[in-house]
Amino acid sequence: MRASRPKVAIAAVAVAALAVAGCAESDRDDSSGGSKKDTLVFGVAGDPKVLDPSFASDGESLRVARQVFETLVRPEEGGTKVTPGLAESWTPDAAGTTWTFKLRSGVKFHDGTEFNAEAVCKNFDRWYNAKGLMQSPDVTAYWQDVMGGFAKNESADLPPSLFKSCTAKDATTVDLAFTRVSSKIPAALMLPSFSMHSPTALEKYDASNVGGTAEDIKYPEYATAHPTGTGPFKFKTWDVANKTLTIERNDDYHGNKAKLKTLIFKTISDENARKQALRSGDIQGYDLVGPADVEPLKGEGFNVLTRPAFNILYLAMNQKGNPKLADIKVRQAIAHALNRQALVDSKLPPGAKVAENFMPDTVEGWNGDVTKYDYNPEKAKTLLAEAGATNLTLRFHYPTEVTRPYMPNPKDLFELLSADLKAVGINVQAIPLKWSPDYLNATTSGAKHDLHFLGWTGDYGDAYNFIGTFFDRQKDEWGFNNAALFAQFKDADTTADAAARTEKYKALNKAIMDFLPGVPVSHSPPAIVFGKDVTGVKASPLTDERFATAEFKS
Amino acid sequence: MFRFIVRRLLQLIPTLFGLSLLLFIWLRRLPGGPETAILGERGTPEMRAAIRRNMGLDEPILVQYGRFVRRLIRLDLGTSTSTKRTVVTEFVERFPGTVELSISAMLIAIGLGIPLGYLAARRRGRMLDHLSVGGSLIGICIPVFFLAYVLKAIFAENLGWFPASGRQDPTLGATRITNFFVLDGIMTREWDAAADALWHLVLPAVALASIPLAIIVRITRASVLEVLNEDFVRTAEAKGLTESTVRRRHVLRNSMLPVVTSIGLLTGGLLSGAVLTETVFAFSGIGAFIYEAISQRDYPVLMGFILIIAVVYVLVNLLVDLSYSLIDPRVRVR
Amino acid sequence: MTITGGKKKEKIDRLSELAAREDERGVSLWKEAFRRLRRNPAAIVGAVILSLFLLVALLGPFFVPHPPDAQLWKGEIRLGDFPGFRSENWFGVDHIGRDEFSRMIVGARQTLLVGVVSTLIGLAVGSLIGGVAGAAAGLGGRWGRAVDNVLMRFVDMLLAMPSLLLAISIAALLGAGLTTVMIAVGVVSVPVFARLLRGSMISQANSDYVLAAVSLGVKKPKIALTHVVPNSLAPVIVQATLTLATAIIEAAALSFLGLGNNDASIPEWGVMLADAQQYLDSAPRLAILPALAIIVTALGFTLLGEAMREALDPKLRK
Repeated sequence: MRASRPKVAIAAVAVAALAVAGCAESDRDDSSGGSKKDTLVFGVAGDPKVLDPSFASDGESLRVARQVFETLVRPEEGGTKVTPGLAESWTPDAAGTTWTFKLRSGVKFHDGTEFNAEAVCKNFDRWYNAKGLMQSPDVTAYWQDVMGGFAKNESADLPPSLFKSCTAKDATTVDLAFTRVSSKIPAALMLPSFSMHSPTALEKYDASNVGGTAEDIKYPEYATAHPTGTGPFKFKTWDVANKTLTIERNDDYHGNKAKLKTLIFKTISDENARKQALRSGDIQGYDLVGPADVEPLKGEGFNVLTRPAFNILYLAMNQKGNPKLADIKVRQAIAHALNRQALVDSKLPPGAKVAENFMPDTVEGWNGDVTKYDYNPEKAKTLLAEAGATNLTLRFHYPTEVTRPYMPNPKDLFELLSADLKAVGINVQAIPLKWSPDYLNATTSGAKHDLHFLGWTGDYGDAYNFIGTFFDRQKDEWGFNNAALFAQFKDADTTADAAARTEKYKALNKAIMDFLPGVPVSHSPPAIVFGKDVTGVKASPLTDERFATAEFKS
Repeated sequence: MFRFIVRRLLQLIPTLFGLSLLLFIWLRRLPGGPETAILGERGTPEMRAAIRRNMGLDEPILVQYGRFVRRLIRLDLGTSTSTKRTVVTEFVERFPGTVELSISAMLIAIGLGIPLGYLAARRRGRMLDHLSVGGSLIGICIPVFFLAYVLKAIFAENLGWFPASGRQDPTLGATRITNFFVLDGIMTREWDAAADALWHLVLPAVALASIPLAIIVRITRASVLEVLNEDFVRTAEAKGLTESTVRRRHVLRNSMLPVVTSIGLLTGGLLSGAVLTETVFAFSGIGAFIYEAISQRDYPVLMGFILIIAVVYVLVNLLVDLSYSLIDPRVRVR
Repeated sequence: MTITGGKKKEKIDRLSELAAREDERGVSLWKEAFRRLRRNPAAIVGAVILSLFLLVALLGPFFVPHPPDAQLWKGEIRLGDFPGFRSENWFGVDHIGRDEFSRMIVGARQTLLVGVVSTLIGLAVGSLIGGVAGAAAGLGGRWGRAVDNVLMRFVDMLLAMPSLLLAISIAALLGAGLTTVMIAVGVVSVPVFARLLRGSMISQANSDYVLAAVSLGVKKPKIALTHVVPNSLAPVIVQATLTLATAIIEAAALSFLGLGNNDASIPEWGVMLADAQQYLDSAPRLAILPALAIIVTALGFTLLGEAMREALDPKLRK
């Protein structure tokens, strides 16, 4: 009898399976089964975190938002210049604190709600009047980065708000008033985090109710399932179990309608896996192409697009970490010791450049007339000897298992630069750390680091977004306190006249390169690749690629 | 038997509390926290402090643990700090992938491993023995991630037989019910979706199965060899039982004990293999997600997932222990 | 056969005759095993691989043509274009301009170190836990069961923790590096050794000769030490040989995740393989060479280990 036991079990399972099979309905729409040539699957490196860009600061969430939402002003296609978006024109008043935006008419949100001045104000008021957990820096990161605080700051750490009020003058005219002049306006309004949402949908799905208890912030339904914008694509599904997010064409779009019917973002975190998925036809494009893969992929006929380099990789020197680094001569010696050109030639993608400022030369305020530190090991040795810093040992942090657009292969870069340092007699103690959070934690807090790599990709075309982020106040990352420099930043940021401001940024760049808090290493152009038969996408330095123009060549 | 099961399940409770306390303290002793991971390059000390305050991470560890336990009793595992979705939602959407992958891998490993190991032992020293032992040796000696790349390079990139990534072709727009894609496809009669999900399982399951397969072959072979030399087998043969009867009644059954033990152990090890396999195949599952959660210092996800995995693991091994007494009546569970 | 009271030693000797055949030839067991090992082709292949590997690992570093961490050919490195096989660099130049051949040779030593040390960690700690638990379970009684229970629940906890999580969090505390890899790989194999030793001790404890010994009145601890433990070691030896090989492979997996030894002056195969992932297209040899080295070495360990197990197993001696 015992032998029959497995058979009974199998029969039971079969019966159960059949019983279940009877009770489920397929809810698949058959329209998706048509021609595959209007569906693009694009490989991305990470899952998006949230669908409401007001709460997003990660590149993958913003990439989706850029297709579904639109902003008042937007970067020119393939560039960083401010061009019309949902606003057709904009002008500041004489004081430079109130900006009048003239809106495009006849625009509708995906849910049919009309886009007008009132909708704009509802959006700004929503951000400005954020309460409770919505004021947490991880929830409204970009608002806080640009605007500082809120109507009622609930934390003493928050600065006063730059934003003051929004007034709808008529259906297509809106005034945005600010508490002071800032260089960030209007460029910062290009950020996807300032996307226009449908006021109806915001209300319906309780979009401002960031709830839960303090320790578990819960996003409202709007942010996880109902993003409603004006963009060329509409949100369809987010299938976490298959790591895909699907958006589809908005047939009522006010501009040129998307050529693709369906666009699917598929998460493939491993760089080689993305490449293999492209070659085997799983996906028809992906972002963050390894520098060494650019030429092979081009050779196979794939469309590799290179973005203009809008980033900076620097080697930071922490003056608190090692008192010797507080000596300008030692810092200069390190700058002269590094063969940055060799690094750019051998490790960075074609088109990469050695950096002379802490910002790329496409941003206004870049200064070609700064102190330059050429590769000169002899001079480095002399400087070290003058400073009495022979037999110097430095702790050199570098991150593992990470690729950033500005830093495609940190370990290789470390190997090259540490050999340069050893060549001038500096001992290097290698400290590899996992990027998140160990490396970030170690390099941006405390004083246990001497040298480390870090960098930045610009959010919009503004000098302050680069050098201000690094040097406008005292930071553990650098360990110096240079009050004169900080004052110079404040002065530049509050200069209303654009031309005068640019001059001040140039002066700042010169001051920074004389002070030499770190060594700017390189600007490297990140690559994005599309299938052999996919055309129409223009690479953007801000990663603002617009998939609406993508199409399959027949 | 029933008392044995109840006792093992009751033992689970202190184990879980011990594990959760150790884990809770261990995780919080690691340098950095979720706030660093969330903010990335943009973080400032003030922003980090604000998030720590918001998440209650500035309180004493035992206070935090007390809060965790109070919620755990209500079966509330909290919310992921990186995705802001509840831990339960994350688990429900990601666990099925790992289960499908692990079951497929174990089916391959057991289905091939036991027969191969058995045949190798019966034909000890002959061609088949050398082939299956040699093959399984090479399987165990290739690093899983390298094997995954090689498998993909051959069968996906060059031959195009199998897909290189994911659990299912997203353009199918398949219906989701349980998130077990194969089961969903069968339940909704979306046969193409079910077949496609199976198709996506082949390469990752083969990669994941390489090590368990090799181990099962070797343990089966060793164990069968041992049993073949036992007196009772010779007695059985001598008393004129047919070879197949001897094989079924005596050899296989008596040699299964170590094999079953190793299957129980291997099931636990699958998850580590799944981290690599899921990463390289962009396969949505808990392995890669837990790995990501460590990078994010996503305490609620790590606590919740590891506790659930511990429960699953203990249950699997309970089944293994129960199967001992089925296989070998001499072993009595108490 | 009658057993007359007498000394305990006598009892045990009698018992050995009764139940265990392995002791009858004493020292010659090992001689016999070695003799049979020499006749097994798999063992010879494994031994040849391993002696080559040991030779390279121990002596190779003194004879390398170039220092393994000197970027002598940095100037010739272009993105995705590294000098390949040539007379100056037998295995070509790696992605940083170093001599690949020298790195492979020096890498053998690190790989050996990782494999041996981590296996020893796992074997020592695991056998200790498993042995104590098994003995306690065999002794029975309230305390025996309690000790066994506590130890095995601890092992369960270790097992239920995904091993990579352990490894990664160890790395977060100690920093990525060689020690971390060895500890992490070692710790991962602890529960396997523990459960295996305990399991086979329990099944030995139920075997006839132990029952006979018990009925003869031999003290249980003595039985555990003189009979149960030695006879339970066969599966542990199988596992140790497997672990030696898998330790090298697991170290490579940790390197793939960025947790490996990162000191450029002491290259290691796992790290080399992981670093080469970026250049799979442009210089596949940088991945294939260390991968082959790892596979062949692991193969050597398992071939020899398996053959040794067979040779030592008294039941397979006929």
